Amino acid sequence: MTLYSIIFYVLATVILVATLLAITRRNTVHAVVYLILSFLGTALLFYLLGAPFLAVLEAIIYAGGIMVLFLFIVMMIGTGPSAKRVNLSQWLPAVILGMISLFTAAILLFSVPLTQEPLIAASAAPIEFGRFLFENYWFPVEITSFLLLIALVGTLYLGRQETKEEKK
Amino acid sequence: MIVPYSHLLLLAVLLFVLGAVCSVSHRNLVMILIGVEIMLNAAGLAFIGASLHWQKLEGQAFFLFILAVAASEVAVGLALLVYSQRRTHSVDSNDYSLLKG
Repeated sequence: MTLYSIIFYVLATVILVATLLAITRRNTVHAVVYLILSFLGTALLFYLLGAPFLAVLEAIIYAGGIMVLFLFIVMMIGTGPSAKRVNLSQWLPAVILGMISLFTAAILLFSVPLTQEPLIAASAAPIEFGRFLFENYWFPVEITSFLLLIALVGTLYLGRQETKEEKK
Repeated sequence: MIVPYSHLLLLAVLLFVLGAVCSVSHRNLVMILIGVEIMLNAAGLAFIGASLHWQKLEGQAFFLFILAVAASEVAVGLALLVYSQRRTHSVDSNDYSLLKG
């Protein structure tokens, strides 16, 4: 067991525990803060798996952007503790179906011999990654920028409609 | 030598199932969106692991696109959430019953 594999298992435990705590919280603010911890752990895992640029993007966009946006919205509309108690009729089918798909996936994963050999540590420098991206995937990058523009316009439209209605 | 690829995929599957359970079992719209975020993140983790396993940069490129899709999805989703919260004064999906006879 090398140092890298110990780091992997520690990070995996942190991510799983933080996500599990996040999805079982009744207070939404607590859930979002636990999820920030989970995404920071994922960013470190990306660094371990040889993607330093994407690790930084994960920390900035997921933990810093998306989760803070969630926090702003939760604070703005003020959702308190949602349910008084755990709704068993809704949790039980979800957990059972999740267990079934988990076991199926585990059986599939460990029956394939290709996936048993350990990964060799390597790292893609940001300059290498950027050059690869714009040489091979320049068109999807353009489409992605268009998608972000459409999302921006859609968000503005949804927000603007409401202010008009309020004025009436 | 880090870990076998199957352990990494198992972590991604676990995270994906946790996100799916979160989306399905909650009635609060914010928690449903959080579940979708967890699922997208787990898919990205599997892509990065595949990128290391086959020593190709394609997996990392696809994670960048997943990131953009997640960001735009959450922006539009939260705008819709605020819109419906102003109309019905609730973020509970059970309260959206305007069409109910």
